[in-house]
Amino acid sequence: MSEKTAERVANATPVHIARKIKGLSDRTIAWIFVGPTIFLLLAINIFPLIWTVNLSFTNFKANRINRAIDYVGLRNYERILTDTDVWLSMQATAHFLFWTIFFQVLIGFTLAWLINKKFKGNDLWTTIIVLPMMLSPAVVGNFWTFLYQPQIGLFNYVVAFLTGRDASSFEMLGSVDLAPWSIVIVDTWMWTPFVMLICLAGLRSIPDYIYEAAEVDRASKLRQFFTITIPMVLPFLMLAVLFRGIENFKMFDLVVQLTGGGPGSTTELASIHLKREAFEKWRTGYSSALAIILFVTVFGLASIYVKALNKVKGK
Amino acid sequence: MSFSVTEATTRQKWMAGTLVILYAVISLIPLVWILMTGLKTPPDSISYPPKVMFEPSLEGYVNLFTTRTRVSKETLESLPPPANFAEEIVRNRDMVIAGPSKFGQRFMNSVIIGFGSTFLSVFLGTLAAYAFSRFRIPLADDLLFFILSTRMMPPIAVAIPIFLMYRNIGLSDTHLGMILLYTAVNISLAVWLLKGFIDEIPREYEEAALIDGYTRFQAFYKVVLPQAATGIASTAIFCLIFAWNEYAFAVLLTSGTAQTAPPFIPTIIGVGGLDWPAVAAGATLFLIPVMIFTIMLRKHLLRGITFGAVRK
Repeated sequence: MSEKTAERVANATPVHIARKIKGLSDRTIAWIFVGPTIFLLLAINIFPLIWTVNLSFTNFKANRINRAIDYVGLRNYERILTDTDVWLSMQATAHFLFWTIFFQVLIGFTLAWLINKKFKGNDLWTTIIVLPMMLSPAVVGNFWTFLYQPQIGLFNYVVAFLTGRDASSFEMLGSVDLAPWSIVIVDTWMWTPFVMLICLAGLRSIPDYIYEAAEVDRASKLRQFFTITIPMVLPFLMLAVLFRGIENFKMFDLVVQLTGGGPGSTTELASIHLKREAFEKWRTGYSSALAIILFVTVFGLASIYVKALNKVKGK
Repeated sequence: MSFSVTEATTRQKWMAGTLVILYAVISLIPLVWILMTGLKTPPDSISYPPKVMFEPSLEGYVNLFTTRTRVSKETLESLPPPANFAEEIVRNRDMVIAGPSKFGQRFMNSVIIGFGSTFLSVFLGTLAAYAFSRFRIPLADDLLFFILSTRMMPPIAVAIPIFLMYRNIGLSDTHLGMILLYTAVNISLAVWLLKGFIDEIPREYEEAALIDGYTRFQAFYKVVLPQAATGIASTAIFCLIFAWNEYAFAVLLTSGTAQTAPPFIPTIIGVGGLDWPAVAAGATLFLIPVMIFTIMLRKHLLRGITFGAVRK
């Protein structure tokens, strides 16, 4: 293919025609090519963001557009930082983040390690395992509420079958104790393949000769695992955690469908809390300030993390 | 026989294979259950214990595509015999078909908005990626990072002003509004992925073309584009899957004309609560295209989900 193209290029365009077409300078073309993208992002991402910053200093309510807008200074920010609801939603987010990442790393790495044994048909099974993560979280999350039904749900039935408890004796989504775990289960089911794929790439990047050298030095398999496999996969694993961390900090669709933030506000993650403030209570000014705080938090945490990641890579 | 220290023994392979297949089978159960529930009758779908063996029925699919009204026994008997299988299924429940449901239209919205935004983001993304890959652009790294950082924003955070902005300029609940919005979200992915693909095409081809008298534009679309075709295709599929699955913006900014399938499917109500076979039927139709795409994409999957950071 590439040779053919090169050949075509060599024989193409009679010189006298080409000379008639006056080409634009590279610099002009560069700006014509990049311009529309930057413009679109400015219009639909940056402009709204600046507007959000502006709104965050006001007492604006989007459902009452005719009311005069007052600038209230930093009052919205003050309120948020002292609001117990916000801290509760941050706690729910932290719980969700920690446990989803914990399980996804544990199961994802184990699966990748097993797949890397290169058994027959491992490619096919890898593709099958990956399926859940590509699907619509809202549609799949909605169906999981059916699996979690206490009377008729498959999940409760299987748990009842395995533990001998009564299938209608527990409600995964309706009880304050279990709801935070029910969202962790679905997210883990969905996103473990993501961590697995990245770990697999890490494992496959380790050249065989390192293990062969270790073998010559009579290092035990366990020692090889901890001194070669883990350190070499670590940058990949950290990258996977970065992606999952950002995504789950923003988590909205899956959990909204599963619990809607309930029961009460046990699973009200940051984004869901924000949605309730902005689109149910219509406290636009207040929720704009909250949006800015969330964005700054994600951005800040991600930047610190990327620095750490680069350090690990550098080693 | 050659001996390798890195090659797993047959027994190890066998055990690894068993465990992986076990995980795969368990993780597939919810998806298989969606498929099965779509083929159950409403009573079968909510029976206890859950039915694994059942007589398949198309009632879920019929309910998905129609709206029905209950009629009295007398009216039912006075009607002419059912014209097709759908009417027969509905009449068995003492109902008649009143008209088509909104599902078809919502599904079409997903198709229009998905393909529209994919086309736009790949088009703009290819141009930008080519420029970033081949030209010296001032502050290129900062611009690329800026493009990526737009992806870190929680959708709800920008949804408030976009909601207000769209309301002011008449884009709320329109196809165009959603296409532009999804393009803006997807373009970061498109630029980053395509830049990776274009970086891999040797510059020599274009240089040869330029020496032969091609202009930059010609070199771009006659030399680079054909070489980048695979990359462009897989980027397009990733953008399409994202737009297809998106829920947060769709649920906040659309309610009627431009509403896509993800916010619609969970609201399919039957008699006395959600009509699970119809919901499952809708989910099946909605998820299957993505599954096919995933299988087609399997070689580029890793690259796509990591924005090109991991290339294998």
